[in-house]
Amino acid sequence: MEPGRANLDVFAETVLELARQDRNVLVVTSDSRGSGKLTHYGETLPDQIIELGIAEQNVIGISAGLASAGKKVFAASPACFITARGFEQIKNDVAYSDQPVRIVGISAGVSYGALGATHHSLHDYAALRAVHNITIIAPADNFETREAIRAVYNAAHPVYVRLGKAPMPHVHRNGSSFTIGKAALIQDGRDLTFIACGETVAVATAAAELLAAEGIACRVLSMHTIKPLDEEAVHQAARDTRAIITVEEHSVFGGLGEACAAVLMQHGATLPFKIVGLPDEYMVTGSQKEIFNHYGISPTGLAATARQLLSRAPHLERADLPAWSVMNLAAPAGVGEP
Amino acid sequence: MLTDLELKLKSIEYRATILRIIKQARAGHTGGDLSSVDILNVLYNNVLRVSPATFADPDRDRYVQSKGHCAEALYTVLADQGFFAPEELDTLCRYQSHFVGHPTRNVPGVEQNTGALGHGLAVAVGMALAAKLDRRDFRVYTLLGDGELDEGSNWEAALAASHYKLDNLVAIVDRNGLQITGPTENVNPLEPLDEKFRAFGFAVSRVDGNDTEALMDVFGRVPFEAGQPNLVLAHTVKGKGISFMENSVKWHHRVPSDEEFASARRELDDARLRLNGR
Repeated sequence: MEPGRANLDVFAETVLELARQDRNVLVVTSDSRGSGKLTHYGETLPDQIIELGIAEQNVIGISAGLASAGKKVFAASPACFITARGFEQIKNDVAYSDQPVRIVGISAGVSYGALGATHHSLHDYAALRAVHNITIIAPADNFETREAIRAVYNAAHPVYVRLGKAPMPHVHRNGSSFTIGKAALIQDGRDLTFIACGETVAVATAAAELLAAEGIACRVLSMHTIKPLDEEAVHQAARDTRAIITVEEHSVFGGLGEACAAVLMQHGATLPFKIVGLPDEYMVTGSQKEIFNHYGISPTGLAATARQLLSRAPHLERADLPAWSVMNLAAPAGVGEP
Repeated sequence: MLTDLELKLKSIEYRATILRIIKQARAGHTGGDLSSVDILNVLYNNVLRVSPATFADPDRDRYVQSKGHCAEALYTVLADQGFFAPEELDTLCRYQSHFVGHPTRNVPGVEQNTGALGHGLAVAVGMALAAKLDRRDFRVYTLLGDGELDEGSNWEAALAASHYKLDNLVAIVDRNGLQITGPTENVNPLEPLDEKFRAFGFAVSRVDGNDTEALMDVFGRVPFEAGQPNLVLAHTVKGKGISFMENSVKWHHRVPSDEEFASARRELDDARLRLNGR
């Protein structure tokens, strides 16, 4: 994978492009333009940034009012605060009132690493999945971030976009496409599927590379849209491959993994399945990478989990496998060969 | 534009409707509906530049009912303004009705879903800020309960309102002095409320919030000061207009019995006769 930039940088750059062309685009911040990489945006378009100070409830409430009057609002604030402190405002002022605010959770998950649990957002998928009328997107790389921000610019309903601050390698190759609500195929294989989202897609892709060297072929899906979930892609993974591992930078409770498990269980799938995420405890002190490694969200950790799962997975007859083309996914050029 | 006599007659009619629909639904916030209905009456009949025909107009005035629990008063006034047929009020809180016990945008004329307290002021600030950014001259009115001011989010919104010099924002506090547990000053004291809002950068006017003439006067003076958000401290009586409901905590969300309902109707009929005879 080629190295890339932080998704947050790409967000800031993309929203600046959009705002230059459309005076109705506004960024609303909670003393967070620095952490949101929006300092340059604020200097370039001072009339299109609304600073509200350290007041996340206010950020959401005021954003709802701005949206109701036709403004295209990107409310950018640390994910840990905006989705917890501002939760009731998200639930009522934005989602229930159907005001199309684009909430951008910055430095999400354990991006803030050693700053501790106050600064971790490991609850946001779970909390927001249970709120009706909000789309949840966690882009994997620079490409997905750019496409997601461009797509939600035209959103008619509320959206939550969750971004990290680590430099992200390009998991997509040229020719990829991005559609909200459709999983992106990063690479294909018939032994095991990694369903990952956000900054864990790169880790899953690296794990797939390790496994490929042992002759284990993995499908890697970037499930950038956590809600609405691409259920068909999950079913297809269960039909095509022998085991599924979900990977997320979120509590193992209530996130991507449980969403996929619900889809599979309710349709009678019985294949080996593992939710990899962050356990129900306060995180070990360390950087994002150290925390990931500690809890097995690493290429070697995921590869070990994959081997374990496959050791109890029955072998499928090749003839039973449906053709890849059945999947309703945009296959990146050059990807999809066994 | 209604005359003051017409406004006062409207208030009586609205009170009768509110009590009828609460009785029928067996649910509602009687005390606060009656304390705030004169404010809604003056706003919708004589102040707000909004109607069913102009509700989608970007230049319309906005009204956000932050004290969402007084939905019956809002629905009653919206019905009278022609936003929907008055018969629809009979479905309040009924199975599958969109007339929920707190306002939602599924009801024509409602700008924002409310009900959880401490939300309306921030939303109204956002709307008023959008007007300033777009150089539109609409105003945004929001009605807050006094007990609601316990919520810290109001004070976050107040800081922003004065920072952005929103003199097109009119926040009205229905200062009836009671919340569900008892007097606001016993539960979590708010006074001196006018000084608090002044300290947050608002231009404050006090008014008798049940006096239509005084309300007309105060709304006519908006903006009170150029560059400052407006705060109307509307002193009201909870349960106003029905003697045995006035200033009584138990009428916060009590539903009248048959006898109480008949007695309340007699009081309203008497008040109407007195007005017509003057």
